[in-house]
Parts: sequence; C-alpha cells; structure tokens
Amino acid sequence: MTYHPLSILELAIAGLLLIANAGLSWGFRLGLEKTLLISAARMAAQLGAVGFILKFVFEQGSGALTALFAIVMIAVASWEALSRQRYRIGSGWQHWGLGTAALLFCGLTGTLYAVVLIINTDPWWSPRILLPILGMVLGNALTGVSLVLDTLTTATRRERNGIEAKLALGSTRFEAMHDALGNALRTAMIPIINSMAAAGVVSLPGMMTGQILAGADPIEAAKYQIMIFCVIAGTTALGILAAGIGGVWLLTDSRHRLRAERLIEVT
Amino acid sequence: MREDNANYVLKVEKLAIPGMPLLSFEVAAGECLAIEGPSGAGKTRILRALADLDPAGGYVFIEGAERAEVTASEWRRQVRYVSAEPAWWADTPRQHVVRHPELLRFERLAASLGIAREALDHPLAQLSTGERLRLGLARALADEPRVILLDEPTGALDPTATALVEELIRFQILAGRSVVLVSHDAGQVRRLAHKQLQLGAARVPAPARQVTGTHDPRLTGLAERWDKQP
Repeated sequence: MTYHPLSILELAIAGLLLIANAGLSWGFRLGLEKTLLISAARMAAQLGAVGFILKFVFEQGSGALTALFAIVMIAVASWEALSRQRYRIGSGWQHWGLGTAALLFCGLTGTLYAVVLIINTDPWWSPRILLPILGMVLGNALTGVSLVLDTLTTATRRERNGIEAKLALGSTRFEAMHDALGNALRTAMIPIINSMAAAGVVSLPGMMTGQILAGADPIEAAKYQIMIFCVIAGTTALGILAAGIGGVWLLTDSRHRLRAERLIEVT
Repeated sequence: MREDNANYVLKVEKLAIPGMPLLSFEVAAGECLAIEGPSGAGKTRILRALADLDPAGGYVFIEGAERAEVTASEWRRQVRYVSAEPAWWADTPRQHVVRHPELLRFERLAASLGIAREALDHPLAQLSTGERLRLGLARALADEPRVILLDEPTGALDPTATALVEELIRFQILAGRSVVLVSHDAGQVRRLAHKQLQLGAARVPAPARQVTGTHDPRLTGLAERWDKQP
C-alpha cells in the first residue's frame, strides 16, 4: 500500500457530513448549526495554517525558525494549562512561571531525549522530527500539569485546617502536604496511564494511525508508538512532579508555614 | 541573639504582629499566663505567632533559644498551639497519633478527659464537638511540649467536661509546663492563671488568684500603650 494524497474534492466530501449535521440541527431546531459550522471552519483554518507554516519551517531547515516554533508551542501549552485553574498561586509571575517552567522542563527533556538519544537525526534539531514529538509531549504534559495544580490548590483550600493542624504538631511542610500532593500527583497521572493501558485495545493512537495511513509497516509504526509512549509518560511524570513540588514550595514558606493568603481564587 | 536568663521558659520580646502594638512578656516553668481582651483584639493571632504558624517580627525565646535558631518543626514540637477547633485528617482519633509512647500517653490523656477508650476508634464524624475538642487537647499534649498555647480550651464543653479539662491543665502546670491561656471564661482565668495580659481597654481585668502579672511594670506599661491606640 502506498500513501494516498487527498484532493480538495475529497476533503469537500468529508465536509458534507458536517453540512448534513448542520442541516439536521436546523431541521430539529436544536440551534447547534452555527457553533458546529464555526468550530469546523476554525478547525480547518487552524490545521491548514499549521500545515503551511510547518511546510515552510521544514523547507527552510533553519534552527532559529524551529526554536521559534517550539517557543510558541510551549507558550500556548502553558496558557492552556493555566488559564482554566480555579485558584492562582501567589503573584501572576509565580503562577505562570511555575506552569511554564514545568512544561519547558518536561517538553525539553522529553524531546531532546527522543531526538538525541533515540532517533538520532541529522541535524539533531531537524524540525520534521523534533516539532511533532515536542507537540505530543506538550499535549500530554499540559493535561498533567493543569490537573496537578488544580487538584493541589483545591485540596489545600479544602484541607487547610488539617494541614495547619499537622504543622502545629511539628510536621514539616512536605509531611503536612503529603496527602494533598500525593492525591494531586495520582490524579494528574491518570490520563496518561489510561491511554497507555487502552492503547491498541480500545483506541489506536493517532500517531500510529497516521503512520499506517502514510504507508508505514504496522510493526514499525507500533515500535515508534511504544517509544513515544515511554518518552511521553516518563517526562509527563517529571513535569507533574516538578509542578507539584513547586506548588507546595510556593504555598508554604521556609519556616514551614502554610501561606493560605497566596492561594487566590480566580473569578 | 542569646538570652541567658533561664528563669523563664517562654520569653517574648517586642513581638510584632501586624496591626497590633509590640508585645513583651515572660512565662516561667509551671506558670500560666492568661491573655484577655475583646473579640477581634488578636488573642488567637498572638498564640499562632508564638507557635510560628504566622509570620511575626520580634523575638520569642524558649529557654534562651530564639525561634530562628531551631527548625520550624522542632519549635512547634516544643511550643504547641492548641486550636479552638481542632482539625482532623484521618478517620478515627487513634490514627492521628502514630508513634507508640505517644499513643499510650494519648490514650491516658483521653481517658483523663472522660473519653471512653472505644471512642478512640470511632469515626470522628460520630463524635460530638465537645469530644473532638477534648481529643484535640489530648493529641496536642501526647508528645509533651514545653509550652502549651490554649485557645478557648473549654469553649464548647459542659461543666463536667470543663472541670476535667481544667484539672488536666492544672496538672500540666504542676508538671512544670508553661501555659498561655486564651479564654472568655473569667472564672476559668481566675482559677488557672497566675498573671494576665490585657489587650484593649474595654474591660477591667478580673482579679486573679495570684496577681503577679498586673504588678509586672512591663505588663502595665503594655496596657497603657494599648490605651493610646486610636
């Protein structure tokens, strides 16, 4: 089997399905047709634009352009991870700094690990390999970082009195926050653990599907997917741990006091 | 900074709590100081600052060692803040005390406060407010802290339980512990306290059994300074 490029006509045939959906929604007065069509148009425009930009970056083969694209990806990921939090930790700088640092840390570690130690491309920053891997690592890490911070801050607010009681009895800040931090880390690891457990049985991972559609040998595609899962799960765990420990650090001080006033409800 | 005057277990110099005048006082071994004042005067804040649970300037010494000279956990093992509403994180009271010698002491203290032994394994939600308050005191005293900071220790208790708690506090004082007591019960202050620290000018201090504190020029000076506050 060889790779089958899609023509504009074939894309339009796929789009017909959504038009039909919009028609049904209009017919049944569901009022969904407008949102559905706008989202579909956004999806097509965003993916099309990214396709053109990636093509440009790949053709230029420039390290600076690759780095710029990676920085934009990390910035967007940290916005996505932090903008829907219920609580903010400390000043805006601390809050955004913590999330961005955690994502930067696991994005760079994961991508460099895969690109330099495993795939070994030439040059090592070859955007065709580096950017998709960074994207997959960030996509999972942002869910993890977002969940660990949200769970940690919510638990700290809810269990504030219990944490202070432990501190008053002589616990250190990490002893007092142990339950809250442990729960937050566990919650944040669930999505990636679930997707590994379900991989291939319940769902065929997107990257593997893509490689098979592009004509790759399924066994080779599976090997790639296994490697990617290992890198993603390993570095997501590191990012979650960094964000969780950093969160405890910012919520307490060097005299092991809980600084509840640093937990600000986002309205 | 070291302080060699070993007569006082707890020595507070120019404790600076935001929005309050500077506080200086001393509590000897086997002595009980009552902090009195209207609601909102900052009595709980003083206790929390002494336990280093809230940031505060100035100096607090235990037997000559300042807060900053020991780790925070070591400090709070010696200076124990007992909240008016003790918080719990596990299911039963017993699960809150892990180490063996402390568990034995916890059981003994709970028994002396009139808590049945079986109640230590009941879910906390099934215990009454008064039982939880007494268990909170037993938990706080199980590792034998030097200085005990009591915030309304009998606030939610009936007269019988109040008498048991006061008896335990008296035993702690006799055993040489230093106690700082915050209480709305003037009778309790009269029964337990050796001296008083008056916050605010709204109330005339109740005569204490041993009125050493009000003769302390430092305390009188403090009250005067407080009066001048706008």
